[in-house]
Amino acid sequence: MNYITGYYTTRFGELWDKSLFDLVEEALRGVLKQNNLESSQIDAVFFGNMLAGVLENNLHSTSKIAEILKINVPIFRSEAACASGGVAFNLAKTYLDANPNQNILVIGAEKMTDYSPEETITGLSAAASGEEQEAGLTFSGLYAMMANLYIEKYHYTEENLAYVSVKNHYHGSLNEKAHFRRKISIENVLQSPYVAYPLKVLDSSPISDGASAVVLTNNQDIAKKQKHTVTILASEVATDTISLKGRKNLEEILATKNAADKAFKKAKINREDIGVAEVHDCFSIAEILAMENLGFWKKGQGGERIKELSTMYGNNGDLIVNTSGGLKAAGHPVGATGIKQIGEIFLQLTKQAEKRQVRNVKYGLAHNVGGSGGTAVVTILGI
Amino acid sequence: MVGIVSYGFYVPKYRIKTEVIANVWGKNPEDVKKSLLIAEKTVAGIDEDSLTMAFESASSALSSVDVDRSKIKIVLFGSETHPYAVNPASTILAEFLGIEKNYLAYDTEFACKAATGALISAQGLIKSGYSDFALITGSDKGMGKTHDVLEYTAASGSVSILLGKDDLISEILDFESFSSDTPDFWRREGIRYPSHGGRFTGKPSYFYHIDGSSKSLFKKTGLSPKDFAFAVFHMPNGKFPIQVASSLGFSSAQIKDSLVVNYLGNSYTASALMGLMAVLEKAKTGDLIFLCAYGSGAGADSFVLRVTRNLEKRRKEFVKAIKDKKYINYPTYLKYMEII
Repeated sequence: MNYITGYYTTRFGELWDKSLFDLVEEALRGVLKQNNLESSQIDAVFFGNMLAGVLENNLHSTSKIAEILKINVPIFRSEAACASGGVAFNLAKTYLDANPNQNILVIGAEKMTDYSPEETITGLSAAASGEEQEAGLTFSGLYAMMANLYIEKYHYTEENLAYVSVKNHYHGSLNEKAHFRRKISIENVLQSPYVAYPLKVLDSSPISDGASAVVLTNNQDIAKKQKHTVTILASEVATDTISLKGRKNLEEILATKNAADKAFKKAKINREDIGVAEVHDCFSIAEILAMENLGFWKKGQGGERIKELSTMYGNNGDLIVNTSGGLKAAGHPVGATGIKQIGEIFLQLTKQAEKRQVRNVKYGLAHNVGGSGGTAVVTILGI
Repeated sequence: MVGIVSYGFYVPKYRIKTEVIANVWGKNPEDVKKSLLIAEKTVAGIDEDSLTMAFESASSALSSVDVDRSKIKIVLFGSETHPYAVNPASTILAEFLGIEKNYLAYDTEFACKAATGALISAQGLIKSGYSDFALITGSDKGMGKTHDVLEYTAASGSVSILLGKDDLISEILDFESFSSDTPDFWRREGIRYPSHGGRFTGKPSYFYHIDGSSKSLFKKTGLSPKDFAFAVFHMPNGKFPIQVASSLGFSSAQIKDSLVVNYLGNSYTASALMGLMAVLEKAKTGDLIFLCAYGSGAGADSFVLRVTRNLEKRRKEFVKAIKDKKYINYPTYLKYMEII
């Protein structure tokens, strides 16, 4: 079996006094300390990061991590846009499957706020198809097209979408590591300026800095010594066309659907067994589509179901979603997001989620998306 | 004691409303106004620049007093839009004012606090006995790139202050400066428009340095916010001075008269000093005024001023003066700013 035995995340936000590798170092040292591990006990490191090469001419990050930890083991970097962290985790889990008695660090990190919004958005747009870039489509524009189609097809309004942000900001208010800790109302969302119709500022996740790390092990002796341990039941990656125009259906993310189906099959549990989930809400519409594509809600019903707020902490729902605050309120340092999602599920399953602790949860799911759905990673954890 | 002998200001006649700019770019004017707390800003005419405006404000300052101009041996010109990169504006200003040639002149640059830095230097030179008077001008034709948030705030204006030792309208009781290498706002040589770090211009820049400078001055003087009748801060937008004043412990009543940014915009080097101009219209003998200018890059200069009874003799009408205005449309604005 493969286990997660520790999680550490930096605060997410505008961390102007810290560089990318300051954040990486804080997360690595934080998670090692938590597990009472020395860096010499680490057999490999997987690093999820998207933009360092584009924004700051900073590559060969694997060697930089070797310098920080003073180790000489294999270190790998993965890039899959906003799913860079989730893919790094998947690769680490696969590495464990192939190598017995290993301790592995998986870290995701991103430094985004030192650059102008134009530079960062241009960098992020590198994860869209060339034709979409040439047409001037940013990710806000791509998700806005999906939102428009969804709203029109199922007869919803912008208000339906707004509930996602209200819920996730409430959760963010309970998470001291979140970028935004302010509760917001439906009116706040509806009155915020448009980014790309029908998506507004408060429908959109922010540009953030941050780093998150987990320890993975298949060394039974190490796992037994740790205070908190969760089992990795499944981690599945699926891909799809990079362009929206190449997809048969624009109001669903096929990669999410495929990764989820494979993950549930591998984990041998049902959707109803999941008590907590972190889903990829880069925009409000993305959480609604995710809930449908993961199989928690029926297709087309997400707009209505979100208004019930049964997935909000404190409402006694069977499934609580994005207790970290999601990408919307916890922040979205793209490479770190996939690891933070898995880390949040780890905290929930090991009863360390403090003010936002959901009771009696045995299984949790993390869902990480790259681009407009070109990559999706679904991870299922159990206690 | 060194202090202010006389002062003058110049506010160009032209104004452009926030909603006019917002409508051009498809922004909701109410959102922009709510965010920046700026309803309109001043625009210098096509035949005006920082130097012509400096001449206006300096002439006004000198017109209030009968000073032997040969005794003004210091002329300092603070701006971030000097007409020349090489060639001092301070000497052109002095020449046009008829100041005799035996004077020290230089242009200063430290973003929006170039003039207050010059004030500190000049008061030291007066104290040393080098000169009886010093003329300090802060003047800018503030430029913001079109479609940048600066387009709503960057304004034009000029303030001149005549420093001296006697017959003061306000004493400078003390000052403090606080600086660091913080690149929040800059304009490289040969580049027309300034760049800025968005929200980085806030917490680690404007707020950090004003807080450092102000608290250092409170500690040095033993004074606290409640001792002041008025407080004046640099005004890059309408929100920042309110927030920083509140965080330091000033009340809204102490700051409200200085908030000229709401209807004049941010005239860069003249911004905080323009707030002082508004406050001097209302200040009474014995009032303490707290003045803090911020310059990107970054630093903050804080001053404690005490008003004397001489202010009545040289008090200037500020509110009435700025009422003489003419609204322009967006193409005219582009023309006056020489963007087209």
